[in-house]
Amino acid sequence: MAGGAASGGNATSDAYAPARGWLLLPAWLVLGIVVLAPIGLMLIYSFLTKEFRGGVIWEFSLEAYDQFFFDRGLFGDESPTIQWAYIQIFWRSIWQATLATLLCLLIGFPTAYFIATRPANQRTIWVFLITIPYWVNLLIRTVSMRFILRDQGPLNDLLQWVGVISEPLTIINTNLGVQIGLFYSYLPFMVLPLYAAIERYNFSLSEAAADLYAPRHKILTRIVLPAVKPGVIAGCILVFVPSLGSFLAPDLLGGARNFMIGSLIDEQFRGSAGNWPFGAAASMILLTLVLLVLMVLARQQARLEKGAS
Amino acid sequence: MTRYLSTSAIALCAGLGFATAAFAEGEVVVYHWFEYIPQELIDKFTEETGIRIVMDTYDSNEAMLASLRAGGMGTYDVAVPGDYMVQIMRDNDMLDMIAEGELTNHGNILPEWLDVAYDPGRQHSIPYQWGSTSFSVNRDVYDGPINTTDIIFNPPAELSGRINMLASQGEVMALAAIHLGISMCSPDRGDLQALNDLLMGSRQHWLSFNSDTAREILVSGDAAAGMIYDGFSARARIEEGANLEYAFPTQGFIAWMDNVVLLKDAPNRENAIRFMDFLLEPANVGMLTNWTQYSAGIAGVDAYLDPELSVQPERNPPADAGPATFIEVCDQATQEVHDRIWTALRR
Repeated sequence: MAGGAASGGNATSDAYAPARGWLLLPAWLVLGIVVLAPIGLMLIYSFLTKEFRGGVIWEFSLEAYDQFFFDRGLFGDESPTIQWAYIQIFWRSIWQATLATLLCLLIGFPTAYFIATRPANQRTIWVFLITIPYWVNLLIRTVSMRFILRDQGPLNDLLQWVGVISEPLTIINTNLGVQIGLFYSYLPFMVLPLYAAIERYNFSLSEAAADLYAPRHKILTRIVLPAVKPGVIAGCILVFVPSLGSFLAPDLLGGARNFMIGSLIDEQFRGSAGNWPFGAAASMILLTLVLLVLMVLARQQARLEKGAS
Repeated sequence: MTRYLSTSAIALCAGLGFATAAFAEGEVVVYHWFEYIPQELIDKFTEETGIRIVMDTYDSNEAMLASLRAGGMGTYDVAVPGDYMVQIMRDNDMLDMIAEGELTNHGNILPEWLDVAYDPGRQHSIPYQWGSTSFSVNRDVYDGPINTTDIIFNPPAELSGRINMLASQGEVMALAAIHLGISMCSPDRGDLQALNDLLMGSRQHWLSFNSDTAREILVSGDAAAGMIYDGFSARARIEEGANLEYAFPTQGFIAWMDNVVLLKDAPNRENAIRFMDFLLEPANVGMLTNWTQYSAGIAGVDAYLDPELSVQPERNPPADAGPATFIEVCDQATQEVHDRIWTALRR
């Protein structure tokens, strides 16, 4: 993926070299306005003093970060100990996002493989079918999930009618509910990059391996998976990152009983806490975590490409 | 859920509105609670005045305040905060003054709602609706006595783990204080510690924190009990046939009044005044009250009300019901402890 872009760039760079700076200007402008400026603002706000009931006072303060990491008791005057409440919230979110990513990979890979192995003229239809539910707004889909999964909902009715269960399963307002919501919300983000990778895979490699008496699982782990690894990594990033910050699924399917990172941050700006610097600090910590994950994955991919060439 | 929906709907409406700029009389931009005004009343206002209503909604007083403070001022003409929030908004200089004689129907405000503590002399606000907040229980699930706050904080086995709480810090804290019999904003450390211990100890019994699904979750049976407003509970029982009983705890319950306030820097101030005048006319308030099933603070409304409304169990506390208390505005130090408890509650 990246290799193709790089070689394409090399071929044309000489002819357009003088104008290249200008041609990139719109991209830099968009990046600056929609990415760098908000992050910069957030960084600044996280180091300001909070104003009672929302807003900030323009005075430098480390209090937001202090509040995140240290517990000073109910009245804020005890000697500091480590604050586990927020770490717990972050840990729950990371755990949920990881699980959702693995689940998406588990279901997404066979799906993508199936689509990629259809005759060329049918693939577009399958990809089209995958995307259809996603024409509907995420909120509507999450609310619909709520109706499907509830105690007296169609899923429980079906399972009871079939006789798999005798008592309705409680899924709504549990971590399982959140998990199903995340999985369902972000599945196509896994399927589509995987499909793109598998479609380009040269299946004669698998045939060659089979001719050389490689068993099926060896073909998968030694030949197919290494070849489509960039797609796997891209899919994992695309599922993991939005899952980590999501707050619709925890709110509507988890009952908002336990905060996830997204709801914690939301509460600081729109809820009664009204603590903007703390919300900004929590966002910065989340951003740092995500960047760390991305850097590890990017490094792995770079090593992979070096190994390939 | 409504809040996410409505925001996008409003964005769309606003977009269309600016594109066409159709009505000569212009518009009034209302920042309102979710599901709190019938469409027929909106239509009636536009029919009478030619002014179009553009509406955006919120699901808690705090969310409304946050959004206004984060740059919402100058966008909206009127909002509908609860009693204590009017005081907070007034203290923060977010409300515009209504001059004497500006509202032709000002005299319709009932005397007991005229000189309220949160807005003495009604300089910034008019009554919208009033009612109470406590909780309702699904009688198919539990048929024991329910007029006690123990139902929420120390529930019987049938209800434990099946209780929905409002996602509203003010109301949850207030009900907890009522349960403990302490003053709502008590700065006393012992009281605050007790409040913390009570809530932390009771959270194991609670299923979820949701305001905008508070009615739906009881109707669907996903929750067997839940904090709710009186009119909301009445509508769940009457319109949706849920076997719900609204409780009037002997320890007491929460009273509230929502008010239409004139916001500072209102872009359509004149239309806002006409809208407020419209909401002071008994016929219109009657239509509103029949729909919300709360109560009005306007004289002469009774003639327009459905007769069944006055005998509803949700608005007629039994003789042994505790006192109805309005939510208080706490000082900063106490509020910060409340904030800490609220976050710890949902870790």
